Amino acid sequence: MAVKDESKAANRKLLNRNLAQMLKGGVIMDVTNAEQAQIAEQAGAVAVMALERVPADIRKDGGVARMSDPKMISEIQKAVSIPVMAKVRIGHFVEAQILEAIKIDYIDESEVLTPADDAYHIDKSKFETPFVCGARDLGEALRRIAEGASMIRTKGEAGTGNVVEAVKHMRKMRSQIAEAASLQSEQLAAYAKDIGAPLELVRYIAKNKSLPVVNFAAGGIATPADAALMMQLGADGVFVGSGIFKSQDPKRRAEAIVKAVAYYGDPAILAGVSYGLGEAMRGVDVEGMTDEQRMARRGW
Amino acid sequence: MNIGVLALQGSVAEHLKMIKSVNKKINAVPVKTIDELASVDGLIIPGGESTTLRKLMDDFDLFTPVRERIVAGMPVWGTCAGLILLANRVEGELPYFSLLDAEVKRNAYGRQIDSFVTEGDFDGMYINMVFIRAPQITRVGDGVEVLAEYDGKPVAVRQGNILATAFHPEMTKDNRVHKYFIGMADSKE
Repeated sequence: MAVKDESKAANRKLLNRNLAQMLKGGVIMDVTNAEQAQIAEQAGAVAVMALERVPADIRKDGGVARMSDPKMISEIQKAVSIPVMAKVRIGHFVEAQILEAIKIDYIDESEVLTPADDAYHIDKSKFETPFVCGARDLGEALRRIAEGASMIRTKGEAGTGNVVEAVKHMRKMRSQIAEAASLQSEQLAAYAKDIGAPLELVRYIAKNKSLPVVNFAAGGIATPADAALMMQLGADGVFVGSGIFKSQDPKRRAEAIVKAVAYYGDPAILAGVSYGLGEAMRGVDVEGMTDEQRMARRGW
Repeated sequence: MNIGVLALQGSVAEHLKMIKSVNKKINAVPVKTIDELASVDGLIIPGGESTTLRKLMDDFDLFTPVRERIVAGMPVWGTCAGLILLANRVEGELPYFSLLDAEVKRNAYGRQIDSFVTEGDFDGMYINMVFIRAPQITRVGDGVEVLAEYDGKPVAVRQGNILATAFHPEMTKDNRVHKYFIGMADSKE
């Protein structure tokens, strides 16, 4: 029996990583109601993230940001055929249980919401539903994977419309992967200790030169050029939060970002889709932000 | 021989890797443009989101050229989303290429939590089958050969130069279904 359960858990882990693989080369869009979800789907989104307020509004409104009302999530599930994701607070495993009960396709344990636990993330290996988690560097990514995350995204700085942090996190992860791959096997244990990651996963990185799960870019992507930039830096796909529905013409911008991600290496196409798109979300400078204002600082 | 993988979105890299694993002499070609399409002897439409693939093929004028190649006899293999795009009837929506005489139902097995792995016979080979938010084939026409079944329903079918699977052989370590498809392209040459 134990053997069967083990193989069942192993299958589940693979299936959950596999779903993220199906999303590669795609755009996952934040939506706050069924109508926006349909606009996203028709524009070519590979999945939608259901939440009550986009990060830019969470940032503006303040207060505690929590998991969305299951009623609103269910309405979105009914409105589209693509996978539906939703966010839970860092460490809030009961919110995750609720999302699993309504059969959400992917759970985002997200720094965009107010953390519920200042010390521990959710033990994601206890769930059948897959999780995606944010990371700023390789150590953070591997800690989340060790806890059971099936997909990683850079944290960037959500709700800013400023891509600088997403770029920083993606570059950091890539250079650390290259660094791990350049080490001798006897150096790996010390490296694992340095970055606070399990040795077994560091060995995987050294051997395969990539994460064992799909890695998307997120946090501040507002234009087709931003999306293509993240793809050229090695992202497997992108999350766009406030960037679409906080812009002047969400439908056109959504379509343009989908095309930019599919043809990220073709400047002529990127020019075409960027042409006359209207105003992007306004955006804020990240430089002058305090640590408290930075969502990416949440989690460890 | 060149085997292409429609490279707009989805499990593209996995299919390319599988093709190379069958035979190093075969070129595995990502297909995003009409020129790249013209260079291939067979085309895989990968897993991904069919609504996304459909939208991108429309926007970048790939629908007609791909369809014409299939009608002209180029071997094509649709996995999961690819199956939906090839079928001539899709429950609740308009079909896309409408070339495979079969009716499919999208997400018929449920949501991600209902995704599953099983084993079964595919044209005399015992293989692992990975179903991820998979579509179901609810009916096939007379000219369609059923190559694999699960739970009494066809999950792999072939109609002449068209192969379609509801599951994802590219997500396993077993390249025999890829070998089967390359065989289709080979016998055509």
